[in-house]
Amino acid sequence: MKHLLSIADLSAEEITQILDTAVSMHEVQDRQVKKLPTLRGRTIINFFFEDSTRTRASFEIAGKWMSADTINLTGKGTSVSKGESLRDTVLTIDAMGVDMMIIRHPASGAPAQIADWTDCSIVNAGDGTHEHPSQALLDAYTLRRALGDLRGRHVAIVGDLTHSRVLRSNLLCLRALGAQVTLVAPPTLMPSGVAAWSAADGFETSYDLDAVLPTVDAVMMLRVQRERMSGGYFPTAREYAVTYGLTARRLGLLQDHAVIAHPGPMNRGLEISADAADAARSLVLDQVSAGVAVRMSILYHLLAGEGDAQ
Amino acid sequence: MSPAREREVAPPTGPARPPGGREVLTGDEIQRALKRIAHEILEGNKGPHDLVLLGIPTRGVPLAHRLAAAVAGVEGAEVPTGSLDITMYRDDLRSQPTRAPEPMKVPAGGVDGKVVVLVDDVLYSGRTVRAALDSLADLGRPASVRLAVLVDRGHRELPIRADYVGKNLPTSRTERVMVRLHEADGAEGVWIA
Repeated sequence: MKHLLSIADLSAEEITQILDTAVSMHEVQDRQVKKLPTLRGRTIINFFFEDSTRTRASFEIAGKWMSADTINLTGKGTSVSKGESLRDTVLTIDAMGVDMMIIRHPASGAPAQIADWTDCSIVNAGDGTHEHPSQALLDAYTLRRALGDLRGRHVAIVGDLTHSRVLRSNLLCLRALGAQVTLVAPPTLMPSGVAAWSAADGFETSYDLDAVLPTVDAVMMLRVQRERMSGGYFPTAREYAVTYGLTARRLGLLQDHAVIAHPGPMNRGLEISADAADAARSLVLDQVSAGVAVRMSILYHLLAGEGDAQ
Repeated sequence: MSPAREREVAPPTGPARPPGGREVLTGDEIQRALKRIAHEILEGNKGPHDLVLLGIPTRGVPLAHRLAAAVAGVEGAEVPTGSLDITMYRDDLRSQPTRAPEPMKVPAGGVDGKVVVLVDDVLYSGRTVRAALDSLADLGRPASVRLAVLVDRGHRELPIRADYVGKNLPTSRTERVMVRLHEADGAEGVWIA
């Protein structure tokens, strides 16, 4: 494994291996000395062309805890804003001798393109509306910790599915681990061609959140991405909250053991109510703390072994 | 990703059958050696106080538990026992396929101020022990660290020696030493081939 571009590139075995390694990494988080020498002498660039809090911070912490040198670059404040092309920027960074680039980019497929241009390992930290594989792995890790083996478990993914890169990665990851998945969204926010996709990949779709909630072991709420919305996907925010938000009333529909996940950042009062976000069964903060462990595991599997040596 | 690399010992191979070659320690002899080491540890430490046994995965862990049982048999005292994963501290990570780390279990009392006895099956280059010492330093500051091994086969590449040895086994570098334990392999004994 050299790059992490898409969950589709990983076998179920490799996914499980990354999640298992993350368990060991999680233990480091509780230590006083949070440092492993594993990636000493490796250089990792966090290259973020889009805003991010938790992904960027957790990749940076993950790298630092494993003794790699991590450097952050953003689109703003680099030569990108002077008009340098993506290719030139990436080749410039590559020429400095980095071992890994962690890329977030608004264009779907940008990390895969960059992987063709350079020799270093590329991690996709979110590309347009395509994929966000590290998020899916940490979501799966968090769900696995809360529910045990995910085989046969039922997970609903609810919200703005059209604009979500987390959706595709999560769907692939959960299916690979044997979970049953139902997508729930208003018709305007269902991805186009979802009928053919669901038939091919074996998941369900629904427009009725109330009907799905009593059957799930976990419900994953996705953020309504207003920054990517140009038209009217729903009449008002309030109507969306009433029909598709995880409200206090809908919490009562969940089974006792069912858990709530949200990849963040949350729009409180829109797709998720404060009651749900702060409920005891909410895994939102567990997801964040798992983020560091899972990303350490990703860095380890991509950088530590043979074949990646310069 | 690739399967775990072979260390000085081969990974568990399923059926409980001896690996072939010449048997140098039988199951009974392993038990006797461990019992002797338990006595030596107690003698060196003047009792079971502040002892912590940490096994190095894979086969160091069952050995550590057997040593703890032997110590309990002699002194009637429970010795905190755990496992110390060293995967992240290896110096050969870059030249080997990626290995999955083993679970780390440090006893609740921690290692600060304790007499930690590291337990492994085969002492060879000493690099595993070097990694274990680094790993241990990140966990805390033991009062002292000792090393107990079932087999010392020589060929050290670092200035490291064992305090307690089950059997000194002169070998050539081309030979393989194979340790099998009931807990991990189903079979029991040490073979050389």
